Amino acid sequence: MHKLVVDEPGKQMLLLGNEAIARGALEAGVACATTYPGTPSSEISQNFFEISGESDLYFEYSTNEKVALEVAAAAANAGLRSMCVMKHVGLNVAADALMTLAYIGVKAGLVVVSADDPFMFSSQNEQDNRYYGKMAGLCMLEPSCLQEAKEMAAYGFDLSERLGEPVLLRTTTRINHCTEKVTLGPIRPRQIRGSFAKDPFHLVAIPAVSRALHTRLLERLREAEALSCASPYNFRQGAGPWGIVCNGVSYGYVCDALKDLAIEDKVNVLRIGFSNPMPTGPISEFCRGVEKILVVEEGEAFMEEAVRSIAQQAGVTIPIKGKSRDLFTPWGEFDPAMVREKTASFFGVPVRVAPRIDLSDVAPIAQRPPNLCAGCPHRATFYEVKQAAGDAAQTLFPTDIGCYTLGLLPPLSAADFLLCMGSSVGTGCGFSRFTDKKVVSFIGDSTFFHSGVPGLINAVYNNHDFTLVILDNGTTAMTGHQPHPGVDMADFGRSGYGKVTLEGVARGVGVEHVTVIDPYKVNKSVEAIREALDHKGISVVIARQVCPLYTRGRKIVKKRPFRITEKCRNHRVCVDQLACPAMYVEKEKVRINPNLCTGCAVCAQVCPENAIVPVKQ
Amino acid sequence: METIRCIIVAVGGQGNLLAARVLGEAALGAGIPVHMSEIHGMAQRGGVVESALVLGDARSSIISDGEADVLLGFEPAETLRALNRAHPQTLVVTNLSPLPPFTAAIGKGTYPDTEQVQSIIRKKTAKLVALDALALAEEAGNPLALNMVLLGALLRTGKLPLRAEAVKETIRTTTKEAFVPVNLRAFDLGFAAAA
Repeated sequence: MHKLVVDEPGKQMLLLGNEAIARGALEAGVACATTYPGTPSSEISQNFFEISGESDLYFEYSTNEKVALEVAAAAANAGLRSMCVMKHVGLNVAADALMTLAYIGVKAGLVVVSADDPFMFSSQNEQDNRYYGKMAGLCMLEPSCLQEAKEMAAYGFDLSERLGEPVLLRTTTRINHCTEKVTLGPIRPRQIRGSFAKDPFHLVAIPAVSRALHTRLLERLREAEALSCASPYNFRQGAGPWGIVCNGVSYGYVCDALKDLAIEDKVNVLRIGFSNPMPTGPISEFCRGVEKILVVEEGEAFMEEAVRSIAQQAGVTIPIKGKSRDLFTPWGEFDPAMVREKTASFFGVPVRVAPRIDLSDVAPIAQRPPNLCAGCPHRATFYEVKQAAGDAAQTLFPTDIGCYTLGLLPPLSAADFLLCMGSSVGTGCGFSRFTDKKVVSFIGDSTFFHSGVPGLINAVYNNHDFTLVILDNGTTAMTGHQPHPGVDMADFGRSGYGKVTLEGVARGVGVEHVTVIDPYKVNKSVEAIREALDHKGISVVIARQVCPLYTRGRKIVKKRPFRITEKCRNHRVCVDQLACPAMYVEKEKVRINPNLCTGCAVCAQVCPENAIVPVKQ
Repeated sequence: METIRCIIVAVGGQGNLLAARVLGEAALGAGIPVHMSEIHGMAQRGGVVESALVLGDARSSIISDGEADVLLGFEPAETLRALNRAHPQTLVVTNLSPLPPFTAAIGKGTYPDTEQVQSIIRKKTAKLVALDALALAEEAGNPLALNMVLLGALLRTGKLPLRAEAVKETIRTTTKEAFVPVNLRAFDLGFAAAA
């Protein structure tokens, strides 16, 4: 039995934030869960995937977040409690559906999880998705600890049904990847079969219908604000002449700071957990009761703007500060010491400055950046593309989101431009049209299915001239090896799935030059890539070789590792051009760590002396 | 109760997250409030993996620079790199067997000598416990039990409000059954080595 379906109310477990959120949804009787994986949200759906294999929970890895939300929106409109999980930038992809879903509404609860990533531990930006709540006109919940994350995930369904609207549950990395004690609640049975009553004049968003629906949404927002004002998730604690308004993980930092500074009896704290609509009444009252307010929130000045505006309406003119040059910045994440120092400085109280270790005399240590794994087929493909292209300075490499973005690092240096999922294809169209450079775009298999296909159709239709290399390692590697439409689900012990081939899609949309290479075969691959580069118009090269990390997890027989023989003349093509982490230099000679080497044999093929051979068994 | 803040640094694949999990479960079992946080997006891509473990009365699950009371390092250069997380009274426990980053292997940057690492840490912190955890893990029967060796050494210092026996019980219940005997042996070897 999966640990998250244990039906023992009151049991205490140490859970990861993402497990707590999944558990909350299960306690609320979630029947349909959809996602496209993305850090820091991925473990929520990983757990749903596992549970769906042993129960009647419906779960799917959808092709992208927009599709995931559409599936969940239909499920919720057919009467099934549904959850749709994504990282913050995923909500950009799903935003088109979300904005109008707010007009259409839902029949059963729908909770959309947006996992934000302040400091961009594994994201391309740190956008603050609270603005989506405001823009769509939807309720937003933000937990400060994991017990609350679990409770809010469950409460979101009730709130959603009360208003007939989806609810956004917004977390940050430090909720998703935090671990704390969580007390389990009872699990409500799932309603797994739905029905749909036709009602086109409320459910088909044509202008005449939408005008009425927007009016209804505005009414619902008024009701939502009353709920926010009365919500126990918007609570006050402490008493005193000074005020702090905070949310999310910042609340914990504030609590610790007030204790450390010994000013718990001087500060009134308003914790906002139901953050859209903001609770106007309680904030107004709060503003009247204090001399000055510090707003402690990661990201943008979302609450600060609201508090200032509400204070203005209430005719209160006290200082209200948060984001400013000498206080907090929208950049990055907060930490306890930062919140303690800014709180002390704002209220003018002394702060104990702990002695620090002076490290100025410690010499810089060699960096340890993340790297493509030993034996990663992407490394081979990057090498081969650069060999085929000849002059790398005359070739542009738009890249995409995945492990292969690490191809940015020298010596591979195979990444020149990146915006978002799928952008390698669209920007490849633009760069090839407007520069004199040769363009080779890189995209992963899962990313291609996610949002690369429309760009490829565009390239065919508008006759753009570049090569798209699809790095097909048979999995969504970066986020933890989730399946995708090109994967045989029998590998996961699942049946009843279809399968979409990359070459079928490429040929099907009209790409004339489509080749499949095995990047572990260097010369053949270089030749095939050269032909693709010579092709006038769009060409597609599918570099197919399974992710070695993925095979490690699946106990596929390991190949013999390689070693460097005495024939080595220290050309160092292997180290200087491939830079596989299984290689190291010892006493001026290149060596291979047999424990890291996966036996891919790519280095053996690039060695000009044929000095790299398999280790004898 | 007093708050103890512990940072664990390791290279991806060394078993940092499991070690943190064992300590967290042991704390839960002992009724000690525990908040943990981890950054593991790149855990399997050769980068640095960091866990934070806050035991006792605190609400925060992360630890600011200079505020870790305990620094547990799975790799000597990473222990040294994480010294900015420590303060002058910090207890440092480190593995000494090196795992040079690829940058050093190809001559980009310098990998510090382990003797030098120890002398710097000794000079700047309250106490250093240094051991070759890899050798002890191999002695226990599996190099992957390095994390358990280091847990043993950490528990021997008495700095955490946890009993060694309770941590061993957690190892029995939270690590894979087939590895339990090796893990317990590794824990004991680390415990003995830190005397």
